[in-house]
Amino acid sequence: MTAPADHQPAQDSSADAGDGYGAAADYDAEGRVYNVAGGDWDEIVTAGATGDEHGSDERMVVNMGPQHPSTHGVLRLVLTLDGETVSELRPVIGYLHTGIEKNMEFRTWTQGVTFCTRMDYLAPLFNETAYCLSVEKLLGIEAEIPERASIIRVLMMELNRISSHLTAIGTFGLELGATTIFIYGMREREKTLDLLELITGLRMNHAFIRPGGVSQDLPAGAIERLRHYVQIMPGLLGEIRALLDKAPVYLARTRNVAYLDVTGCMALGVTGPILRAAGLPWDLRKSQPYCGYETYEFDVATQQSADVYGRYLVRMDEMDQSLRIIEQCVDRLASGRPGADPVMIGDAKIGWPAKLALGPDGMGNSPDHIAHIMSQSMEALIHHFKLVTEGFRVPAGQVYTAVESPRGELGCHAVSDGGTRPYRVHFRDPSFTNLQAVSAMSEGGLIADVIAAVASIDPVMGGVDR
Amino acid sequence: MSGPAQPGQGDSEQGNKPAPAPDPAAVAGRERLAEQVARTGMFGASSSGDTSGYGGLQVRRPPRLASPRPYGSYFDEVTDRLEASLAAAGTSLGAAVEQVIVASGDLTYFVRREQLPVVASRLRDDPSLAFEMCLGVSGVHYPAEAGAELHAVYHLLSITHNRRLRLEVTAPDADPHVPSLVAVYPTCDFHERETWDFFGLIFDGHPALTRIEMPDDWRGHPQRKDYPLGGIPVEYRGATIPPPDERRAYE
Repeated sequence: MTAPADHQPAQDSSADAGDGYGAAADYDAEGRVYNVAGGDWDEIVTAGATGDEHGSDERMVVNMGPQHPSTHGVLRLVLTLDGETVSELRPVIGYLHTGIEKNMEFRTWTQGVTFCTRMDYLAPLFNETAYCLSVEKLLGIEAEIPERASIIRVLMMELNRISSHLTAIGTFGLELGATTIFIYGMREREKTLDLLELITGLRMNHAFIRPGGVSQDLPAGAIERLRHYVQIMPGLLGEIRALLDKAPVYLARTRNVAYLDVTGCMALGVTGPILRAAGLPWDLRKSQPYCGYETYEFDVATQQSADVYGRYLVRMDEMDQSLRIIEQCVDRLASGRPGADPVMIGDAKIGWPAKLALGPDGMGNSPDHIAHIMSQSMEALIHHFKLVTEGFRVPAGQVYTAVESPRGELGCHAVSDGGTRPYRVHFRDPSFTNLQAVSAMSEGGLIADVIAAVASIDPVMGGVDR
Repeated sequence: MSGPAQPGQGDSEQGNKPAPAPDPAAVAGRERLAEQVARTGMFGASSSGDTSGYGGLQVRRPPRLASPRPYGSYFDEVTDRLEASLAAAGTSLGAAVEQVIVASGDLTYFVRREQLPVVASRLRDDPSLAFEMCLGVSGVHYPAEAGAELHAVYHLLSITHNRRLRLEVTAPDADPHVPSLVAVYPTCDFHERETWDFFGLIFDGHPALTRIEMPDDWRGHPQRKDYPLGGIPVEYRGATIPPPDERRAYE
């Protein structure tokens, strides 16, 4: 862009610059600048295309978001456009910052789960697991977590992975103009959320996985529901694949779009389906297993294309693998002794004192426990009170634990000063890191491909901003 | 680690034998006693008289003790390779790394801040180390550590060797500068902006160190320990909503 030799004063502009609602032409060091605030888009396009005595210059700076249906919430992209081509893209975040990490420093270690589950709201159980694994590592109690609790954690995470990927693919279709896919994705997601609701009581923000285990065992009938789910899901996922896998419009919008190879992923810290679609079979469940993932049979889905279509295929394949893992979890849980095998650590100084039970007014502390602390044992009451209000102390130190969330490596850096509250908890959210790659994926491409690029990253702004 | 001479040594022994190595447990005990008192008592109550018998208890902040060799796991191998690699780069492990700490199964290098880019680029480029991926920066604020209040913690991952390690740098509050790692790990761009935003750590050499989560005109750095929770009056269309602890007064 060349600067004009003589700077024109702003008063020469044809539109009114004063009220803030009209289009205004102005001159600065870079030449003619149009500012738009209002609905006269045609005027700007015409002026930009025809130009003035300095010639036409179609370079345009456009804000996409933070209120834009295709930006997955409140993501703002500042695009510099040369016609339809994106010459520069800058993601702007922070619109959903809620201070979760700061808040966690003012609550006990157990209460922290309630906060961090709200970060990446499409994958709450992964947030909880990453946090709980780090607390357990600080406490040095990894080996004491009951096996049944670990199996339930794996089961919940894999169900959550399916619901998250279904949202990703559903909204992805919607953003590319395929409303049917959205309806299909949401319908199948409902089936998954029904199971999560059956097991945890909530569709999201579960706070189900706690330091030391999980909050409660599976309810009656859950095994049958899970078996039914595993039976019907392959067919339902097949319906989505039948609609998308070979659809010419979909292929045209996704193939060779938003290319990012392994080198780019490494430099930008990109993990998850994007990295696996570039051909690197890096999955923490295989390479650095946690919660007993090494005992399950499953494959790491990869593609070689490093484009949007490859990322879609990786997500679809991962859902098939998740179903395999869920099937193995259900078999193990069915062969265990529900109700008898513990789901919370035996150490009474860490495990939550009360057991949940279904009463006449819904789920709550079990009547047996209430009777015990209120009328039988003063010491039990004191213990309950101290553990619930003050919490347990965690030895000083710092740890980093990571789990493979649907979007990549979700890490938790927890620092303790030996107290009953976290000194500092930091989450390395995969959406936050992967969003940096949207510039590398989109610059030089068309503006329509920005939508596909963002959708293929699948950022969840709750996790990005925390 | 060299401690002061042990008391009670006879004069006749000196000159015949070298001074015995100080008992590591005694050294650790002395370091522990030299630390600040983190809390007193057992139950956190200070307004009423002590009836529990725990009133005289003093809990000191745990000292940062360097781990002795061997570190175990792959940590010794990584440290040896890093030592050789740094020597080839014209510096040394002792000059670059203040302390090596192995705790909770994690390896931590406390790196002198001016040496951070060298250490990081050696860790990334040396094929025997190959820490290709950085998982970002996390800040921690320790107001009690005079002269090293601000910490920046980097987590590195080697996909080639399937290893992890942690780099930690400190900076005083009076001079909160740390060299940027964006040139070595471009992924640190957002993470360093976040750490600047929340802790006020300035990453020298970052291409555009601006706030990322808080509004651009925000004052203060919210994750610091001297920054209150909820102490910010919220202005809403001219009406001001006071912070939570000032909203109601029972008089």
